Amino acid sequence: MFVLDTLIQGILLGGLYALFATGLSLIFGIMRLVNLAHGDFMIVGAFAVLVLVEALGLPIVFAAALAGVAMFVLGYALQRLLLNRTLGNDILPPLLVTFGLSIILQNGMLETFSADTRRLNLGPLSEASIPLGGGLAAGVVPVLTFASAVLVILFLNWLFYRTETGRAFRATSDNPEIAQLMGIDNNRIFSLAMALALVVVAIAGLYLGARATFDPLIGPSRLIFAFEAVIIGGLGSFWGTLIGGIILGLAQTIGAQVSPEWQTLSGHVVFLIVLVLRPRGLFPRSVD
Amino acid sequence: MTLLATHDLTAFYGDFQALYGINAHVNEGETVAIVGANGAGKSTLLAAITGRRKAPPQMIEFDGRHIGGMRPAEIMALGIALVPEGRQLFQSLSVEENLLVGNYGRKVRGPWTLERVYSLFPILKERRNQDSNSLSGGQQQMVALGRALMSNPRLLLCDEISLGLAPAVIKDIYKAIANIRAEGASVVIVEQNITQALAVSDRILCLLEGRVTLSGRPGELTRDQIGMAYFGG
Repeated sequence: MFVLDTLIQGILLGGLYALFATGLSLIFGIMRLVNLAHGDFMIVGAFAVLVLVEALGLPIVFAAALAGVAMFVLGYALQRLLLNRTLGNDILPPLLVTFGLSIILQNGMLETFSADTRRLNLGPLSEASIPLGGGLAAGVVPVLTFASAVLVILFLNWLFYRTETGRAFRATSDNPEIAQLMGIDNNRIFSLAMALALVVVAIAGLYLGARATFDPLIGPSRLIFAFEAVIIGGLGSFWGTLIGGIILGLAQTIGAQVSPEWQTLSGHVVFLIVLVLRPRGLFPRSVD
Repeated sequence: MTLLATHDLTAFYGDFQALYGINAHVNEGETVAIVGANGAGKSTLLAAITGRRKAPPQMIEFDGRHIGGMRPAEIMALGIALVPEGRQLFQSLSVEENLLVGNYGRKVRGPWTLERVYSLFPILKERRNQDSNSLSGGQQQMVALGRALMSNPRLLLCDEISLGLAPAVIKDIYKAIANIRAEGASVVIVEQNITQALAVSDRILCLLEGRVTLSGRPGELTRDQIGMAYFGG
């Protein structure tokens, strides 16, 4: 029972890490951009929900939906006005610019919200749990997190493999220069991809803030989990990213059972083992 | 009526001049072959027409509009489609998806639909769900041609479509070109393979070191004239 409980908690935690990682995977897959401010945008998303709930008194569902729309617009504008200008044959400019963005976001949030730790209050939902029989139970919020991760991935797979926009995403990812000759405007496609990624980031921020406390400076440490989930799962596959998140979540939860200080460390160790044995991850899709 | 015209088109790679004032034109419904050796400037010319290389606006005119320097997606939307050298299919897309992506930026009524492309190249219908890189070179070339046709272009540019293919396959591809011409599109065929170019075109243009060295109707030009224009001498 004790083992089963650990496994369930680990898998559900993996859903959160999959949400962290999906946006990162989407962006890298389409435009080979590594967004070092990804973790900080999750915190921006969490604060956006917090402000809408606390200052405007909106119910959390509306607040989250509104934050999602705001992040979509922010993502589109960010890519269109700034990041598209950094893309080219050199991988360094986007890294430097997103690194700078990360610093700007952290300090901007510190300035605005102070360094206090915060939490999104879901009311009675925060403590609610679903009994699974045999004395086991799963928290409602972790279950919602995992379900959201699966829904996000189902949606993205539908978008990528069943729609014309998805075809354009994949064609651009394969060969941006030839994609333009098909009438695909790279700048528009990249902006749309970043907008979508930031919606996923907003969802990740919502659950990050609902499951645990956050403050303006924890973005980068969450970014590492996102990177690890993407790399364990293998680049280019959203389901792989979910599996990567689950493996990371399991490793951390099992590690924490051994000794609390082992939680983060065992996640890193499993990541390094995968990197040594399968450098391209467990389920790589991309051909390059 | 003139569909495409270049006016004293020049192009530079740093200090190196690739095109020295090219004046060329393609009439509506006409098939023009552009021949020349490696480095003659054929690819540079196509890159300028399709917008992959920036050119001053007035140097390239399409259907009465100055299109030099426009973005590739804008030029494609006007009705210029390219079959790029080396096929350049999208590797993670299936055969059918490759065809479908061809009309992303230009959806107009015209002779070419998915069904029509499949009837032109029946083998592609059988392979529609396969990865594009699992096909033979000739089949890949068919996909590249079909992909360009999907946008119902007014002008179809074919860059070295016989390169690396077996003679029997080349024959099939050029048979398809004849069908495409019959549907009314203007076609530009860039080739190193002079025999094919002569057989299929109304007019031929020979490029050498960035200059037009010869132009005329295939029947009016002798092999020697073309040889001189092709290799210099």
